[in-house]
Amino acid sequence: MIPLWAEVVIAALSLSGALFTLIGSWGLVKLGDFSKRLHGPTKATTLGVGCVLLASMLWFSLTGIPSLHELLITVFLFVTAPVSAHLMIKAAMKLDGSLKLPPPPQ
Amino acid sequence: MSLLPVVLPIVVGLLALSLALAAWRLLRGPSGPDRVLALDTLYINALALLVALGVWLNTGLYFEAALLIGLLGFVGTVCVATFLLRGRIVP
Repeated sequence: MIPLWAEVVIAALSLSGALFTLIGSWGLVKLGDFSKRLHGPTKATTLGVGCVLLASMLWFSLTGIPSLHELLITVFLFVTAPVSAHLMIKAAMKLDGSLKLPPPPQ
Repeated sequence: MSLLPVVLPIVVGLLALSLALAAWRLLRGPSGPDRVLALDTLYINALALLVALGVWLNTGLYFEAALLIGLLGFVGTVCVATFLLRGRIVP
């Protein structure tokens, strides 16, 4: 039996996390270019997974033993998402020659 | 004690819908990096779905599976992106 405020916080965190994940995946489907499509999953979906993991951490801390091991996944995802996005855009720039960096500002 | 049993099926449904959207891009995607990006999104969505399912069913069993998916999914994304970039995996 968990208090009402914790239930409200867990519900809000998991629902907003699922909505952010859905927005990221919808951007993956909807946007027109690869360099536009890269923004949806790497930012919105990572934030959504972070919210869901926070909700799970709060739930398992209040119903059982207090534990922080969901933070392991959160930290790992937040570290690795920019690395994989960087590798993917490099691969796309190599395969598609028209995708170039803008010139540096004067 | 009646909020979470209503909200968590909605959360799992939304995450399954986003999983389906990522799978659509995986099947459709015109170029190779699109499919790699769709696979990346797919494993992150599956991870979130497993975590939400673990809260819904009140079991800590799914945490290990989510951790493994997170670790191995990153390795897979790096391998396929490096293969697209250089033509071989080991530099």
